[in-house]
Amino acid sequence: MIKKNPLVYIILGVGGLLMVFPFIWMVATSFKQPWDVYSLALIPSEPTLNNYQRLLENSNFVRWFYNSFLVGGLVTLSVLFFDSLVGYTLCKFNFKFQNLIFIVILSTMMIPTEMLVIPWYIMSKGLGWSDTYWGIMFPGIMTGFGTFLMRQFFQNVPDDLIDAGRIDGLNEFQIWWKIALPLVKPAISALAIFTFLGNWNAFLWPLIVTSDHNLYTLPVGLAFFSGEFQTEWEMVMTGASVATIPVLIVFLIFQKQIVRGIALTGLKG
Amino acid sequence: MRNRFNKLSIQQKQAIWAYAFLLVPLVFYLLIRIYPAFNALYISLTDWDIISADKNLVLFENYAKLYQDRLFWKTLGNTFKYVIYGLPVNLLLSFLVAYNLNKLRRGLGLYRTLYFIPYMTSLVAVSWVWRWLYQPLPLGFFNNILSLLGIAEQPFLLSPNQALQAILAPTIWVQMGFQIIIFLAGLKGIPAYLYEAAAIDGANNRQQLFRLTIPLLRPTIIFLVITGTIRYLRIFTQVYSMSFQGDGGPLNSTKPLVLYIYNSAFQRFEMGYASAMTIVLFVIILLITLFQLKVLNKND
Repeated sequence: MIKKNPLVYIILGVGGLLMVFPFIWMVATSFKQPWDVYSLALIPSEPTLNNYQRLLENSNFVRWFYNSFLVGGLVTLSVLFFDSLVGYTLCKFNFKFQNLIFIVILSTMMIPTEMLVIPWYIMSKGLGWSDTYWGIMFPGIMTGFGTFLMRQFFQNVPDDLIDAGRIDGLNEFQIWWKIALPLVKPAISALAIFTFLGNWNAFLWPLIVTSDHNLYTLPVGLAFFSGEFQTEWEMVMTGASVATIPVLIVFLIFQKQIVRGIALTGLKG
Repeated sequence: MRNRFNKLSIQQKQAIWAYAFLLVPLVFYLLIRIYPAFNALYISLTDWDIISADKNLVLFENYAKLYQDRLFWKTLGNTFKYVIYGLPVNLLLSFLVAYNLNKLRRGLGLYRTLYFIPYMTSLVAVSWVWRWLYQPLPLGFFNNILSLLGIAEQPFLLSPNQALQAILAPTIWVQMGFQIIIFLAGLKGIPAYLYEAAAIDGANNRQQLFRLTIPLLRPTIIFLVITGTIRYLRIFTQVYSMSFQGDGGPLNSTKPLVLYIYNSAFQRFEMGYASAMTIVLFVIILLITLFQLKVLNKND
C-alpha cells in the first residue's frame, strides 16, 4: 500500500531538525562567554558555567520551579478528583436537574479566561488571595472540559459492575473510587497530563495575581528575569534553558503517555 | 438519621449521594465561573477604576467609547490578522507533516518527538529564544544567515510591517506539535482496508488524499479549526514576551486585543473599559465558534 520513499525521511528529518534547532542554539549560547555570543559557532569557544552560576545567585529560579511544581501538582490533583467525581455522577446517577447541571458545567467551557480575570482579580483583592498560592490556583481547581471528558469515558463502564458493587455492600463513594475509577485509568492519565501542562505553562492569570517575586511561577519569573537581563543574551538563554530542559527530560521519559494523552483529550473533547 | 436514610428508596438514596458529590463543585462553578461572568458584564457597564470607591453605572458608555477608540479597532484588526495569517499556514504545515509521518514505516517515534518538542516548552522561554534569533546584526542568528546569503538585513521585530509575522512564526512552530499529534491520531483512525479498496478501484495517491483521507478527517479538522481559532484569538504571551517592554509595539502593530485588555485593566486600572473589551472578545469567540460549527458540519 505504501511505497518506501527515502526522500520523505530526509525532508521530514530536515524539518525535524529545524524544529529543535532553536533549543540547540539556546543551550549552546547558555554556555558561551559574553564576548562569544556574537559568534555563529554552535560550540562555544570557551565553554563556561558562569552564566548558570550568575543565574542562581541573581534570581529565584529554584523557588519559581518549586512554585510551578506545587501549583501545577495541586491543581492537577484537584481537577482529577473533582472532574472525575462530577463526570461519574452526571453519567451514572439519575436525579432531578441532572441535565441542567450538566449544561451549566458545559457552558462554563465557553467563557474565555480573559473575561473572568478582572472579576477574579477584584475577588482576590477583596478576600486577600492576591500573592498566595491559593490565589494562583483557585480558578483552575475544576474544569468543564475535564468533567465532560470523564463523563464520556465513564459511559463505557458497564452498569452491571456498579450494581455488583452495591450488592457487595459498598457505598456510592467506594463504588466510584474502587470500581469505576480504575476502569478509566487512560482517561485519568490523559487529563492529568493535559491539566499539568496547561497549568505549568499558564501565564496570564499568575502574572496578574502575583506581584511578590517569591510567588512567581516559572513563566512569570522567566519573563521578569528576561526583562531584567534583556541585553545580556547569554543570561536570557541560560534562563530559558533552565526553564526548558527539565520539562524536556520529563517529556522524553514519559513521551508515549504524553502523546497518547494529548491525542485522547483532543479526540474526545 | 441512619435509620431514616436506610428507609429511603434506592432512587432517593442515589439522588442524595449525587447531590452530596455535586455540592462543592456546584458552589465552585457558580461562584468562580458563572458569577464572575455576569460580574464582568456588570463591570463593563460602570466606570469603575478599582482605586476609587465610586462605581457609577454608565450603561453603554464604555461600548460607545470602544467604538470611537482607534486603538481598539487596531488591536481587533491585529487579532484577526493573527488568526487569518497564522492558522491556515499552521494547519497546512501540520497536515503535511502528519500525512507524511503517517507513511513512515520506521522511526515515527523519533520524528514525532522532534516535532512535538516545541509544544512541550514554556511559551515565555520560546518567545525569548526567538526574540534573540530576530536581533539585528551582529547578534541575530537569522540576520547573520541572511548576510551570509548576501541578503539585506531585515528589521523583523523592529518593523511595524514585519513584527506581527515575526511573532506568528514561533506561534505556528509551537502549535504544530499539538496539531500534528491530533492529525496523526485522526489518520491512524482511518482503516487500512479503505485505502486497499481505493487502490483496487484504481485511485491514485492524489485521489486517495482528496476523496478519502481529507473527507474522513473532517471531525479532526473541525476540532483543530475551532480550537485553533480560539487559541489565536486569545494570543497574548508571545506578544507580551517578544515586543519591547511587552507593549505590543512597534507602534502597536503587534498588539492583540488581549494585550490591550491587560494594559487597560492592570496597568491603567480602567476596569469598566477593559471589561467591555472582554465582553466583545467573548461574543466574537462565541459567534465564530457557532458559525464554524454550522458551516463545517453542513454536509453531515
